[in-house]
Amino acid sequence: MTSTTTPISSPASLSARPLRCRNCGAEHAAAPVSICEQCLGPLDPRYEPGRRLPDRKAIAARAPSLWRYREWLPFDGDPVLSLDTGFTPLVEAPALARRLGVARAWVKNDTVSHPSLSFKDRVVAVAVNAAAAFGLDTIGCASTGNLANAVAAHAARAGLKAWIFIPENLEMPKVIATTVYAPRMVRVRGTYDDVNRLCAQLADRFGWGIVNVNLRGYYGEGSKTVAYEIMEQLGWRLPTAVVAPMAGGSLVTKLRKGFGEFQDAGLVHGVLPRLYGAQPSGCAPIVRLVERGGTRIEPEVPDTICRSLAIGNPADGPFAARALLESGGWAAAVSDAELVQAIRFLAEDSGVFAETAGGVTAAAALALARAGRLRPDDEVVLCITGHGLKTVEAVGGALPQAPLIGPRLQEVAALVQPV
Amino acid sequence: MSITVNLPSVLAAHAGGVRSLQASGRTLGDAVADVAARYPALGPRLRDKDGNPYPFVVFYVNDEDVRFRGGFAAPVRDGDEVTVIPAIAGG
Repeated sequence: MTSTTTPISSPASLSARPLRCRNCGAEHAAAPVSICEQCLGPLDPRYEPGRRLPDRKAIAARAPSLWRYREWLPFDGDPVLSLDTGFTPLVEAPALARRLGVARAWVKNDTVSHPSLSFKDRVVAVAVNAAAAFGLDTIGCASTGNLANAVAAHAARAGLKAWIFIPENLEMPKVIATTVYAPRMVRVRGTYDDVNRLCAQLADRFGWGIVNVNLRGYYGEGSKTVAYEIMEQLGWRLPTAVVAPMAGGSLVTKLRKGFGEFQDAGLVHGVLPRLYGAQPSGCAPIVRLVERGGTRIEPEVPDTICRSLAIGNPADGPFAARALLESGGWAAAVSDAELVQAIRFLAEDSGVFAETAGGVTAAAALALARAGRLRPDDEVVLCITGHGLKTVEAVGGALPQAPLIGPRLQEVAALVQPV
Repeated sequence: MSITVNLPSVLAAHAGGVRSLQASGRTLGDAVADVAARYPALGPRLRDKDGNPYPFVVFYVNDEDVRFRGGFAAPVRDGDEVTVIPAIAGG
């Protein structure tokens, strides 16, 4: 293997957990590797079953970041980077509950995730610590935009080099919100799936820590913290239903794992929530697998304005479909017009301005409610994963233009008059 | 007929460390069978016991995902390049 990575010294207090194949169960030593050498299945971190776990009081006394749940994250010792990511607000939205016809509704508001305004900060916070544990000085990613923002930001503050690969047609705010951190960013002709394939080859060739390729086993665990936070912020209890967007499909599998882990630890009691996955109808291979049944994804060529969910070949798709169905949930696909409308009603109902993936999630929640899958006694959480300022052009044309007036009282009075 | 098959390092370890092999066949399935016959440790990692591809191993012929071209039934020609990639997640 040719490597351009210069190892840096690994922090003495931090080491990554060993790995196990999700497919065949083969065990692997801790390493920046995400593929089982026996069967090519995905690797997940192995945790020590008898490890000492904190109780509610101990967790509540810790700093408000995702590291308050560090016993369920894939390290031994203390994290050293991105210590302030996570613990975003859980916003109750009565107007949204009324719109959906459910008892209560909340928005898990990762639009204000620190530092890059999407839930990808969570996974990158974990991945950047894995890179530190392995002594890597270069991280990278294939990205539809939010991950590029997060990798660039976390690498900059950690002093790591970053190589970022994106499809050529990303939204300009996402390109700018990456470039500003001065990573090495490369635009690739083709779809996200083409970029992803390239990065698989790059990780193999250069030995970088590509967060969603060879650090993926560690990176993915960061998504569980969305579930942990929801339970704690609800007062240590479970919602009855959760709606989340799906791109590669990892998030819903990690939500399921996260809710189950706190139940296993005795931190919450009761029935695990039904999980519902949302995709744009122009790229909905996981929704179609749920509807069709079976175990194999049929890849699609994406055609949607929701570029952050435009993954036609989702590697975690079969695992995602299984997680949804085992939870008693389902999946829904919505049109681009519906997602734009949903960005607006979500903002009006909850005060949260979401990017297109949030529009997909809110529109899917409404479709699921209308189909009777969300019930009048449900307590529903919508996972809103990225800020609306990242995709303003999607919704800008749909909004009314403000009236233009002179600086005169009577002109305002004319506007205030009831029509 | 000669088709180049590019392996990831995790598979090359099962082919004597060679990352690029030559194979023959009229379809991708033929080419994979040819490689499997010559590298017995590699065969079960490229396809299941029924001869079908695994859901988490993706084959590309000249950069195109073969699932859009009929999977193992996809035709291959002299000079084609097959790349084997473990399926990976997105973001």
